[in-house]
Amino acid sequence: MRARTSTRVGRYAALLAYLVFLAFPFLWLLSTAFKSPRELGSLHPTWIPRHPTLDNFRQAFDEQPLLHAALNSLLAAVGAAVIAVVIATPLAYVMARHRSALTRAATGWVVVSQAFPLVLVIIPLFLVLKNLRLINSLAGLTLVYVVWALPFALWMLAGYVRAVPAEIEEAAAVDGAGRLRTLVSVVAPLLAPGITATGLFAFVTAWNEFFFALVLLKTPEKQTLPVVLTHFIGAEGVADLGPLAAAAFLATLPSLVVFALIQRRITGGMLTGAVKN
Amino acid sequence: MALVTATRRSAQGVPRTARDRRLPDRGAWFLVLPALIPVLVLSVGPLLYGILLAFTDSQSGRTRSTQWIGGLNFQDLLHDTLFWESFRIGLVWAVGVTVPQFLLALGLALLLNEDLRLRGLARALAIIPWAMPEVVVGIMWRLVYNPDAGVLNETLHDLGLGAGRDWLSGLATALPAVIVVGVWAGMPQTTVALLAGLQNTPRELHEAAAVDGAGAWRRFRTVTWPALRPVALAITALNLIWNFNSFALVYVLTSGGPGGRTRLPMLFAYEEAFRYGQFGYAAAMGCVMVAVISVLLALFLVGRLRGGDEA
Repeated sequence: MRARTSTRVGRYAALLAYLVFLAFPFLWLLSTAFKSPRELGSLHPTWIPRHPTLDNFRQAFDEQPLLHAALNSLLAAVGAAVIAVVIATPLAYVMARHRSALTRAATGWVVVSQAFPLVLVIIPLFLVLKNLRLINSLAGLTLVYVVWALPFALWMLAGYVRAVPAEIEEAAAVDGAGRLRTLVSVVAPLLAPGITATGLFAFVTAWNEFFFALVLLKTPEKQTLPVVLTHFIGAEGVADLGPLAAAAFLATLPSLVVFALIQRRITGGMLTGAVKN
Repeated sequence: MALVTATRRSAQGVPRTARDRRLPDRGAWFLVLPALIPVLVLSVGPLLYGILLAFTDSQSGRTRSTQWIGGLNFQDLLHDTLFWESFRIGLVWAVGVTVPQFLLALGLALLLNEDLRLRGLARALAIIPWAMPEVVVGIMWRLVYNPDAGVLNETLHDLGLGAGRDWLSGLATALPAVIVVGVWAGMPQTTVALLAGLQNTPRELHEAAAVDGAGAWRRFRTVTWPALRPVALAITALNLIWNFNSFALVYVLTSGGPGGRTRLPMLFAYEEAFRYGQFGYAAAMGCVMVAVISVLLALFLVGRLRGGDEA
């Protein structure tokens, strides 16, 4: 009995250590966002701001075009999420229900694309988009995000399709529904929660993405939020810490909210897609 | 890999009946094309194009047409000590991040798999680093490491562990400091994958082993680990690749400094391509990175799989 209590205590101690490790950087970001410049310059910073202020937020909006950048991010992320889901769902359906050389190739691509070194893709992509006049354009970036989100979207959606019993489709076919009809009015509604979760996940990945945006967007009025955030850090690495923290916190909020909504589904999706036997 | 099991399962599990007849290939094409075209144009195509570029002298903004130069880029690379130094740093970073990431994530997954209070909170918190933009993760840790306003130096001071230092610009501390950030940022995916694997282990077997008097460590070795191994291998292999290819974190934290001590191969190739405009040369770097990583990964997986047969 004693040994069990001690292992329980040990477990809670370990869990607590994990919680601290995972949470403290984020709490520090929050704390910094509400500190005045004077307090940030003081020798011994504290966890709780001594004189909490909202000035950093105001200053952040003055220093950089945050709202405009957020709008750019929103357009690219929503566009990418919607297109990715619309084109991935049919392919995921075929991958889950039907075996052929094509679906094997698609599965192979899903795996290989995870190992793509971005360097090898970004240079030709840059040249291709340049020829299509899609450099420094949100449309071009959105297209790249679509392709970039596809592997995981296919992966998750195929898992959701497998969870829909094939008997339902057969029943619909017996009732005389055509193939397209079956897909649209029988399968799609059952997949709706999975499709939403996948779309939201694609939204978060696009909203957070940095590398492609850095390379493909040249002028400030086109740039997305992560790229604009790096402008807070000056050439010498000196940064105005307060506004930087405030802006970084605001940029994270949408991702956190969406992720909180889909957290269960994402982990569930990985389960059904990956390891359920 | 998990994917392989998935396809194999669908092969066995789905009875090949009316379903296959109902889906002739001509109909399937109609469903597949919308995804296939963008993938070919923006993913498969560029990859092949990138490999071709490595054998040319392609540069940005040049009027003269691009020429085939055969293996010249690769010959140059062979003697490019800066690149190999960057490559070495990349390997140290990838292994240095992947190994602790796995061990910490395994510990956390085992805890989250237990019936503990606060588990819900811990699960939610464990996902936060995953949801955050990498740029914000970088910014956040800059604030932690900041020599004056940072919490790390202040905590060390409070604990009486000496004066703080400038972690990110010290020649000796920069790489370890960014590795810690890499571990923090990548833990959630690994934890979620391992947790999924754990929930897949046969609980009855676990209980039977406990009844037979097997201790926690023994139960882990004989029951949990064999069931977890495929997932563990897959996620470690993916982590190695992802970490080796990572860019944004270190770009924001140090931009490769001080004195190139944290210049990962991705940063090196990025600068070569988009600061100096050497497209062909940078593409050659990409090829070398893929080749070496593939070989290392193959060795790792073969070694692991063989080790499993002996055990």
